[in-house]
Amino acid sequence: MKNHILLTTALAAGFGVVAGAAAAQEVRFMCYSDGNECEVYEDVLNRFEADNPGIDVVVDVVPYQAILENLPVQLAAGNAPDIAKVTDLGGLNEYYLDLAPYVDRDYWETSFGDTLGWYRAGPDDDGIYGMHSQLTITGAFANATLFEQAGVEMPGEGATWDDWAAASRAVAEATDASFPMAIDRSGHRVAGPAVSYGAQLFDDAGNGRLVDAGFTAFAQQFVDWHEDGTMARDVWAGQGGSTYRDAAQEFINGDLVFYYSGSWQVNRMDEQVGDFFDWRVVGSPCGPAGPCSGMPGGAGIVGFEQTEHPEAVAAVIDYLAQQDVYAEVTARTRNLPAHLGVASAGVEFEGASDAAQAALNAFASDLPNVSPIAFAYQGYAGNRAMFGITVERLSQAIVGELSVEDAMTRMASDLESALAESR
Amino acid sequence: MLAILNPIMRIIEIPMLAMQRLLGINRLAWVFLLPNLVLFGLFAFLPVFLNVIYAMTGSDNVLLADRTFVGGQNFATLMDCSSYLDPNTCREDKFWRAVWNTGWFVTLQVTIMVGFSLLTAIILNRDIRARGFFRSVFFFPVLLSPVVVALIWKWILQREGVLNAFLDWTGAGGINWLVDAQWAFAWSVFISVWAHMGFYTLILLAGLQAIPRDVYEAAIMDRASPWRTFRRITLPLLSPTMLVVLVLALIKGVQTFDEIYAFTGGGPGTATTFIIQYIYEEGFAGAPRVFGMAAAASLLVALVLVLLTLVQLWINRRNVDG
Repeated sequence: MKNHILLTTALAAGFGVVAGAAAAQEVRFMCYSDGNECEVYEDVLNRFEADNPGIDVVVDVVPYQAILENLPVQLAAGNAPDIAKVTDLGGLNEYYLDLAPYVDRDYWETSFGDTLGWYRAGPDDDGIYGMHSQLTITGAFANATLFEQAGVEMPGEGATWDDWAAASRAVAEATDASFPMAIDRSGHRVAGPAVSYGAQLFDDAGNGRLVDAGFTAFAQQFVDWHEDGTMARDVWAGQGGSTYRDAAQEFINGDLVFYYSGSWQVNRMDEQVGDFFDWRVVGSPCGPAGPCSGMPGGAGIVGFEQTEHPEAVAAVIDYLAQQDVYAEVTARTRNLPAHLGVASAGVEFEGASDAAQAALNAFASDLPNVSPIAFAYQGYAGNRAMFGITVERLSQAIVGELSVEDAMTRMASDLESALAESR
Repeated sequence: MLAILNPIMRIIEIPMLAMQRLLGINRLAWVFLLPNLVLFGLFAFLPVFLNVIYAMTGSDNVLLADRTFVGGQNFATLMDCSSYLDPNTCREDKFWRAVWNTGWFVTLQVTIMVGFSLLTAIILNRDIRARGFFRSVFFFPVLLSPVVVALIWKWILQREGVLNAFLDWTGAGGINWLVDAQWAFAWSVFISVWAHMGFYTLILLAGLQAIPRDVYEAAIMDRASPWRTFRRITLPLLSPTMLVVLVLALIKGVQTFDEIYAFTGGGPGTATTFIIQYIYEEGFAGAPRVFGMAAAASLLVALVLVLLTLVQLWINRRNVDG
């Protein structure tokens, strides 16, 4: 009899587990980390699971390359995860799940404002597709110690790219630093400076356009800076294709005076530079056309239409979008918030040094300087193609395979083909 | 053992006999080949067939149903050139830069590699001290992953790498090897030779050991000089092996991708971008993914590889016929 009871209990428990598992909706979240984001999401989502026993969230941590290269193929083949953290915000719009029927539209529009537009197909689209989880802005880091050692005054607010180039050259010369300046090898990174030189990036009909007088002026200046040694040649000429390369290591090593990258580098600088030297965030220099614009960017969390559990997906993303959860994630991951409520309340970044806190605040205060062109470019569906073309052709001009004029001609025809191919 | 096997064999025999009666003994061979044919068809013929379809369709959609038929347009775009000698005059200049880079790379790499492999094999075929050790040393790079090969040499050759540290120490001053197009190309050839030479050395060594020793003894008795012995005995008797090595090296050379991609990324500019990297970037890494162009380029590469194989077969047959 005792055995009978035990067997019955075991069977009941077994069936209970099976039934529970069958009832739970499994939601797979494809996540990549710049720092500790996926770890924090996993932690926060454990609480969500406890509150929502019917939903089981599996966080699949993947390298960033998988988000760029594998996810689009998975989406096209109908084999995608339910949720992903993406950076090609507008480019994947056709696959997004519209969260609007499941969430409080007013809350989302009040909280995320203009960043919702980055995920939309166009101005006529009012869907809610993604929660911008980390806002970034491009800008420059300057090695304050090298400036001090060289006895050169650091250019102040409103300084132009030319001012910074001259000052950085003087500092490098006086201190024997290897490189005066460097910009990450990325089409996104040079977009801000190009806008400051007058690049419009769109034609009158709102289609992407790379080549105009402003963009050409910047390209010529950029190539000239590589020729005269102002820019670190290793960054753009040391790679092929459209491969990304940053110059953070050169800056951390104290080899670089002025480094144009973005807010996501703050944690790395904070952890790796330490007391080695003083560094400062100096925002985006101004260009001859007037603006002193960086490029906004970052990553967002989206759901995909092909999911079998749209309500569960919306519930997960909506949970992450709630102000208290968003504020916690932002503080723990040390990212700039895109949530307007969190931003206005201010964020006390967990474990950030005074320098890192000041740097993040400096980046945040630079956000109002972002040109509307740069803002629109970030949400443009064809921007990845434009970024890639920029890197490939500018690199060819830098190493002397193409003249700047030929590079511009190639950029225009490459973009035309790319847009035709993706139409 | 037989007691166990016999009943099993008898059970298998029943359907086999039935099939033999049904199909006849000649057709039964196909039944045995069928599993292999299915696998081969699924993983070799079907991808080739799909590749042809992708090459003749456009758009960045991966699903065939969503792609539009464009006929030979992708091939026409690739071949649209005022002068094939100058990639700048070509519509798809990156493809022709990759073609020329691959051409130069294969010519240099195969020549140097086969030459050095032959030299090494001849030395390792002699009675030298620690012969087994040296054979392992030359073969060791073949065992390394291409990414490991690339990283090792990147650490050596980067601006603050081992080689520049040594050059600085000698007072010669460092060179930015990977930022200069000519140097990056030259090092790509060198690294590829270093990484693959051991494999070809091993094949040539086997070929050398297959040459009967009495032929050499006869040459010694005839007082033939070492050079004459090499030219008149070693080279002719090694030529079938040399041919295999040459064709394998040519095919592998055209397919070069992983280690150079990890080493230089194809740069500076497009100085070390080879044809497979072009295909990879068009089809998978770029935006939008131009599958059609990548498929068309890969078919052209396949055509070149088939031609190389046919040349090998033709030369082989000519040698056999005599």
